[in-house]
Amino acid sequence: MAITQSAGRIRLGRKPKELNYNPKRPVWKERPSPLYQTIKTLVLVFFSASIIVPILLVVSTSLADKEQLAKAGGFVLWPERPTLEAYETIFNGPMVLNSLGVSAVVTIVGTVLALFVTITMAYATSRPVLFGRPVVLAVLFTLLFAPGLIPSFLMIKQLGLLDSLWSLILPGIFGAFNFVVMRSFFMNIPQELIESARIDGASDWTILWRIVMPLSKAVIAVVGLFYAVGFWNSFFNALLYINDHSKWPIQLLLRNFVVQGSGAADGLGISSVPPSQSIQMAVVVVALVPILMVYPFLQKHFTKGVLTGAVKG
Amino acid sequence: MNSTTEAVPALPDADRVPAHAEGRVPGRGKGKRGKGKPRQAKRSNPRAQQRQSFGSRLRRDKQMLLMMVPGIAFLLLFFYIPILGNVIAFQDYQPYLGIGDSLWVGWQNFVDLFDNPDFLRAFWNTLYLAAWQLVFLFPVPLVLALIVDSLVSTRVRRVFQSIAYLPHFLSWVLVIALFQQMLGGAGFINNSLRQFGLDPIPFMTNPDTFPVLVVAQMIWKDAGWAMIIFLAALASIDASLYEAAAADGAGRWRRMWHITLPGLRSVIVLLLILRIGDILSVGFEQFILQRDAIGAGAAEVLDTFTYYTGVVGGGWSSGAAAGLAKGVVSALLIYAANKLAHRFGEDGIFAKKVG
Repeated sequence: MAITQSAGRIRLGRKPKELNYNPKRPVWKERPSPLYQTIKTLVLVFFSASIIVPILLVVSTSLADKEQLAKAGGFVLWPERPTLEAYETIFNGPMVLNSLGVSAVVTIVGTVLALFVTITMAYATSRPVLFGRPVVLAVLFTLLFAPGLIPSFLMIKQLGLLDSLWSLILPGIFGAFNFVVMRSFFMNIPQELIESARIDGASDWTILWRIVMPLSKAVIAVVGLFYAVGFWNSFFNALLYINDHSKWPIQLLLRNFVVQGSGAADGLGISSVPPSQSIQMAVVVVALVPILMVYPFLQKHFTKGVLTGAVKG
Repeated sequence: MNSTTEAVPALPDADRVPAHAEGRVPGRGKGKRGKGKPRQAKRSNPRAQQRQSFGSRLRRDKQMLLMMVPGIAFLLLFFYIPILGNVIAFQDYQPYLGIGDSLWVGWQNFVDLFDNPDFLRAFWNTLYLAAWQLVFLFPVPLVLALIVDSLVSTRVRRVFQSIAYLPHFLSWVLVIALFQQMLGGAGFINNSLRQFGLDPIPFMTNPDTFPVLVVAQMIWKDAGWAMIIFLAALASIDASLYEAAAADGAGRWRRMWHITLPGLRSVIVLLLILRIGDILSVGFEQFILQRDAIGAGAAEVLDTFTYYTGVVGGGWSSGAAAGLAKGVVSALLIYAANKLAHRFGEDGIFAKKVG
């Protein structure tokens, strides 16, 4: 007994957070009741399963062959004889490839522009210049509000951007949250570094490019990924501003083809074939995969990014 | 940026600003000594000082100011000018006349709105759904965070977090598509029910259970992600408090009530305020995606009303009026919630999650 107790104490010194729940729990801590343990496990398992199962189901069904699909009645959890037939079908039509291209262009151009605007703005406001911090904060405060749908639409129309890919890019190139994250990161860069560069005669652009940005690679990567995910996922702007089918991004295609489920077969260039389950799924997977691919990178850094923005303000 | 309360009240006396900014960076002018007058004298008369050195200040900062140009251009074009564009809510706006020539009708659009049963229905739907979200959505991430925080194994914890954060990065279109494949009329669950000879359940098309569906979708997508902030706050609570409380005889629930929840208080208040400011948006894309399946009766909210009246129906002015009404109410809600937070001795918001 005495040994267990002292072991508990030692762990308290090292890892206080986990102590409460360590099997070698300290004497003051009661055992969790079996009921509580069960509820906890159930909640976690149910929540995880509700996320994994649909994704697995969609991926598997998109890969399943016709026989298995027919036998299983539309959905399979594991493809027995995986086939890429569904993908061949959708990529044979012009529509999916086309909208993937549109989404890719919007995402890449948008992210680059967004990073440029956000970095310059964040750096220029990270140190007091002509007008100071209160003005920046006041401006940030106004960004809590939204200008409204109709005026934004009229603005895009006025600029002549309707049915142009710029209407998908430009409204998204500055995100207040990303700006706050970036700016608070820049503010934490030691002032001395910047001052000494200034004394050596560096201009503000040189300082930003040669000193600040190399120090901020991680945060730039996170913010860039956030922007990229945002551009890839954005669907409503396309619904508002784009009528031309050849300029639909993948999300709008997904909405019209899978969610609305109407008039899409010919649009996809696969006329007379009713959209079968696996073809629909294949479109879902095509929109899903890029996100799954960047997710590990995102996850590596985002916690830090979010907390910088959220806690520091 | 830490103390957030100071910023907003400082706004009115703007003439104080440059002097204040100047005082904060004594090193700033080092390389350029041209205007190196004693600071003390300047401070005593900030107004005069501002006029005097504005030019040199401009020269000194011109590169920094240049860097702001793209951002400011963005804000003007896609934020401030559209905000001014809300004047069409007070006009009988006709696209071929433009904002300049359209007829001014004052409050008429708003009066008409409140006689419009569709608008009233959208309004009540919004409030109803907002209440559902506030009550059933808000506590979920907190509960999840408490559970995750109590996990023994860091591996289980990491795996769970990796899974739970993922849906946040999927688009609403994808989320709805996934829900449809699972719960829709031809979806996985209803297919299985049919195979067992049971009647399918219209999860995705029943207007009566629509709030449940919406909240479930929101939990699925964002509850895991919203956990992050709570987890960070939980990690910052001093563990010795728990031991001391336990030594004094406090049980598990008492410790949670007297240590954990007070420790999370400011985070909870902050998130609640942000939620309230956003509450009238209820989840726009979700609704626009499902409005056809559910029907406008249950799924029409203020934002979709604005969209269908204005953009689809061509009623620009009434759409804008509905949007403006919503915007103004949201702004008032943020303001009120923030005031309330100050009253309770919390920091409240400012720039903590702008966007």
